[in-house]
Amino acid sequence: MATKPRVKVPKSAKVGDVIEIKTLISHKMETGNRKNKKTGKKIPRLIINSFVAKFNGKQVFQSKMHPSISANPYIAFFLKVPGAGEFEFIWTDDSGKSWSAKKKLAVN
Amino acid sequence: MTKRIQLSVIDRRDFVLGAGAAAAATALLSASAGAVWAKEFSEIVKSAVGDGKPTEGKVSLELPEIAENGNTVPFAVSVESPMTEDDYVKSVHVFAEKNPNPEVVVFHFSPMSGKASAKSRMRLATTQDVVAVATMSSGALFIGKRTVKVTIGGCGG
Repeated sequence: MATKPRVKVPKSAKVGDVIEIKTLISHKMETGNRKNKKTGKKIPRLIINSFVAKFNGKQVFQSKMHPSISANPYIAFFLKVPGAGEFEFIWTDDSGKSWSAKKKLAVN
Repeated sequence: MTKRIQLSVIDRRDFVLGAGAAAAATALLSASAGAVWAKEFSEIVKSAVGDGKPTEGKVSLELPEIAENGNTVPFAVSVESPMTEDDYVKSVHVFAEKNPNPEVVVFHFSPMSGKASAKSRMRLATTQDVVAVATMSSGALFIGKRTVKVTIGGCGG
């Protein structure tokens, strides 16, 4: 199952810079289309369906995933730096389980 | 080549949205040439994005021309926009026409995004068109597409 998510954010940036944030979390992302070869039964769907990125508590990016997203979902997006602060990233799967990560961003 | 699409496995939300999934569940989708998509696919796009006719342009999709492994196909989508408070890209829906679940992902941007661009990796069942529809803050819709050849499908079976 999913382990600790990995996030790559520049340590520091200038105000107004557009920075790229890369995230990766390991998760099987069971599509619900696969069958158990022995029993012939469908393996129930279990995917991370939501990813939210907040900066200083304000939502800056969100992604709603469907089963067509690959296992171990990688998501990269951009942010125009408004100032120093802290990112918070939250992943949630079909079972309601969630993972989060935090990263600080300094301004120079 | 014809492929039976299991629209019945579409998730609950789409079902509630009334995509006509039940009626389409037994429909056969033929691999027609060109950009003529099956009616079901157009309806899925419509029910996810909303009414309105998307204009071609502004949206660019970066995808490999040939994907050897359909299990993980990297893609990037970006939309031309000044990304200001008054004029920005609200969201981008990505679809894979011939996947069992054609909806891939929805990215929601904000004026703080700086640029309307995001990357991820998707599964592709077979050679097909990947489509991205952008919703602007004004409500205007733009569409972009790319055809990807897939050597080994990646949606299980």
